[in-house]
Amino acid sequence: MAELIAGVATSHVPAIGAAIDLGKTGEPYWQPLFQGFEPSKKWIAELKPDVVILVYNDHASAFSLEVIPTFALGCAAEFPPADEGWGARPVPVVKGHPELAWHMAQSLILDEFDMTIVNKMEVDHGLTVPLSLMFGQPAEWPVQVIPLCVNVVQYPPPTGHRCYMLGKAIRKAVESFDRNLRVVIFGTGGMSHQLQGPRAGLINRAFDTDFLDKFTTEPQSLVRLPHLDYVREAGSEGIEMVMWLIMRGALADDAKEVYRFYHVPASNTAVGHLILENPGLPQRRLAATHEITSRPDVDAHEEVVNHVVAQ
Amino acid sequence: MSEKGFDDIPGTILFDAERSRQGYHLNMFCMSLMSEKNREAFRDDERAYLTRFPMTAEQAQSVLDRDWNRMLELGGNIYYTSKLAACDGLSFQNIAALMTGSTQEDYAKMMLAGGRPPEGNRSKSEWERG
Repeated sequence: MAELIAGVATSHVPAIGAAIDLGKTGEPYWQPLFQGFEPSKKWIAELKPDVVILVYNDHASAFSLEVIPTFALGCAAEFPPADEGWGARPVPVVKGHPELAWHMAQSLILDEFDMTIVNKMEVDHGLTVPLSLMFGQPAEWPVQVIPLCVNVVQYPPPTGHRCYMLGKAIRKAVESFDRNLRVVIFGTGGMSHQLQGPRAGLINRAFDTDFLDKFTTEPQSLVRLPHLDYVREAGSEGIEMVMWLIMRGALADDAKEVYRFYHVPASNTAVGHLILENPGLPQRRLAATHEITSRPDVDAHEEVVNHVVAQ
Repeated sequence: MSEKGFDDIPGTILFDAERSRQGYHLNMFCMSLMSEKNREAFRDDERAYLTRFPMTAEQAQSVLDRDWNRMLELGGNIYYTSKLAACDGLSFQNIAALMTGSTQEDYAKMMLAGGRPPEGNRSKSEWERG
């Protein structure tokens, strides 16, 4: 039977994709961020999952205001990268897993989650940046990917509780699929950030830290967090964090955090990253959970500021 | 229909049903800039291109003026207006700095120093006291 073995949470900032595509990962601005994902790349290369269920939000790329599905499941055989206004990212076409995706759609709908089934869809930075962060720049992605696209652009997004319960239904769906597949689920987006208006640039380290602290061991204390709290405390785009709760719901109650990374800033955003393993995996611990903070010594980073401005 | 609590958050517009209805054509114009062919047509003659979309004169003017906050006030959504920014060669961070009235340098420094803190930025009353 298919098995859900682990979860990855990560931000999906578009500028991270641009930094990778333009060969800037070693520059002073970006180097600390990419260094924080090095253990994760090793971890997933050793784990060799067959399929990634990738929870993300479309940023007005595949869907516009014409159709706004709350939960859309990608059931196609492949998903091309989208042109988001500056040309498509130079990354491989994403290969799907139509059999498992269709099985999930049926299982979830009968479980009373009314999924939208998508057979043709381009995927934007929300999906491809997490793949780049975890797998680098291969000629082909080493996994099949099932996109699960969540509306967090048009208010209201689904509640945290609904997302968490969808995660539980996803686990049931995966584990009733009659093929030996090892599946990892990614929950992406966040953490605190606001891209719009005079309050743009909001970062709430305390909120993010609390969210990271409770995510693995006390998710119940996060699932009822109202949208208002996300928007006020974590910024208008911080509400993307409800998507992490789908990943959490899909893992066992006693899943373990094996890696954590937090970094400010990537462009306008606080980058958060967790790896959780379900019980039963051979003990494969990453280097001690560590954290890189924002660099308070701004003067030493004039070069970095100038670089950002020139972008 | 927007909820009171959201209205009290300063410098922030909730993209709710009302905004979405108001900004439909403005946002769909931005969406059209996902194709290079359309980007070229828009760059060739912005005013003419905008007439393809039945948006209000005020909305069209906000586009011509690249008044990023005004577009949001008129129902634009940041993920749509960012496509116009991309067409102009501007990043999310570039337009964020413009919307905050900051210089690019000051905005970049603020982000490197940890971003805009939540303290003093949760309620309109805090900005009015400002």
